[in-house]
Amino acid sequence: MNKPSPSVPKGIYPTKTKIIVSLSFILVIGFYLISSILTESFIFHFFAKIPNIFTLIGDFFPPDWSYINQVWPKLMETIQMAIVATTVAVIISIPFSLLTANTVTTNTYVYQLMRFILNILRTIPDIILAVVFVGLFGIGAFSGIVALIIFSVGILVKLMSEIIETIDMNPTEAIRATGGNGIQTISFAIVPQVLPQFISFSLYVFEINIRASLVLGLVGAGGIGQLLNKEINFLNYPAVSTIIIIVFIVVVIIDYISSKLREGLI
Amino acid sequence: MDHKPTLPLKPKSTLQTWKRICTIMILLLIYLWTFSDIQIKWEKIFSEQTIANFNRIIPKFFQPAVEETSTILEKMLETIFIAYTGSLAAAIIAVPIAFLCATNIVRNKFLNQIGMWILGAVRAFPEIVLAIIFVAAVGPNPFAGVLAIAIGSTGMLGKLYAEVIESIDMHVIEALEASGANKLQLLFYGIIPQVLPEFLSYAIYRFEIDVRASSVLGVVGAGGIGTLITFAYMNRNWEEVGMILLVIIISVTIIDQISSIIRKRLV
Repeated sequence: MNKPSPSVPKGIYPTKTKIIVSLSFILVIGFYLISSILTESFIFHFFAKIPNIFTLIGDFFPPDWSYINQVWPKLMETIQMAIVATTVAVIISIPFSLLTANTVTTNTYVYQLMRFILNILRTIPDIILAVVFVGLFGIGAFSGIVALIIFSVGILVKLMSEIIETIDMNPTEAIRATGGNGIQTISFAIVPQVLPQFISFSLYVFEINIRASLVLGLVGAGGIGQLLNKEINFLNYPAVSTIIIIVFIVVVIIDYISSKLREGLI
Repeated sequence: MDHKPTLPLKPKSTLQTWKRICTIMILLLIYLWTFSDIQIKWEKIFSEQTIANFNRIIPKFFQPAVEETSTILEKMLETIFIAYTGSLAAAIIAVPIAFLCATNIVRNKFLNQIGMWILGAVRAFPEIVLAIIFVAAVGPNPFAGVLAIAIGSTGMLGKLYAEVIESIDMHVIEALEASGANKLQLLFYGIIPQVLPEFLSYAIYRFEIDVRASSVLGVVGAGGIGTLITFAYMNRNWEEVGMILLVIIISVTIIDQISSIIRKRLV
């Protein structure tokens, strides 16, 4: 009597979705296979290289602690470069971020042009900026600072203009209606809305700059990277591991301080 | 009885003010230290030499070495492959760590903290340092770059993933549990459908960052277009630097566009 119904229930997902999902899955895996074979990074390469990693640990340890005295001045230079670069970048990026926010800049051409320039600027890797400025200004901290400024202006303007675009324009209107002038409108309606984010982004860019200034030294733009480059070329691995450990500690401390500063300022 | 209309007093919080004053003082001290201590040879920067450099180098950027295009494109492709392999690996490695960190899945403060520490420690290493370590470990080849990217991206992806997992709707899980689903079913029918689009979106976003990051790694020998940058720079071959820059700008822009289109469709 009760025959089991012959129709098998269909899946929850429509066939089209299934096809798209499986196709993209195959695409992702296929591209992975191609790229992992071309970059010689197939999984078994990793297992083949494990013995190397153990000999490496032998090379790097123990770190050469007497080397710290040489690291110290360069480390300070790195931090100073990041501080100067971040400060200048923040000052530069405020007018630019106003120009790239479509709530403030109503002229479409200016807005599109600024967007275009910034998008180009952000695609340039920091190392190329450093290479160019070292070529122009010679080896030293100044080239690094200029490279960091340009690098961070790209990031800051993008983040800041997005914040300016999302502010509530009603307070501006209210202050205008009660007779506030331009400066009052900006300082009582716009600044309080964007200031916490501005500070937070500036600290974030500062953290990025500390990491980036490490890279810049590799091409001679000052900071601890220069030292790192020298010791790698001499295959002086205990010194390299000292530098790496110090950089690690400094980055952790700076991240901690900047998160505390963020709480204190906002 | 005369009522004077008085404005309510502003709520005082001395702690807040003190905190602010302290922060500003510390900031001022930091600036004082920076500007008094930094060594910049101004006379060397504003000299004839710099002007000569400008006149020599800048025009060369506008006549890029077009004949090098095939070599550069090949290396750029390698850079993209490194970024892809690395970020795919990171996107997978980050998942278990993110589950370990998510307080609504693993209800053990201690394990959560361990997960957070792992991610924090990984994030504190700049990619270039990881690249140096891996070049020393596996030799100067693209594989070192892939490892550096994979480890470096895990830190950020794990943190973002953990935030996504913590924000999921737990009612679904409860309903599944009530109808007798086992742990694996909970994972596949309760958690994964909720987090997958955002996981993918973050992974693609990270791939964008990794393309930029892996173009730098070649400087320490970890493969990709960075190798060419170092050679061109050492030979003061500015035409080639200009061409490399052009290729990077174009390919990064294209990748950013594609990835933003995909991400818009995903979320």
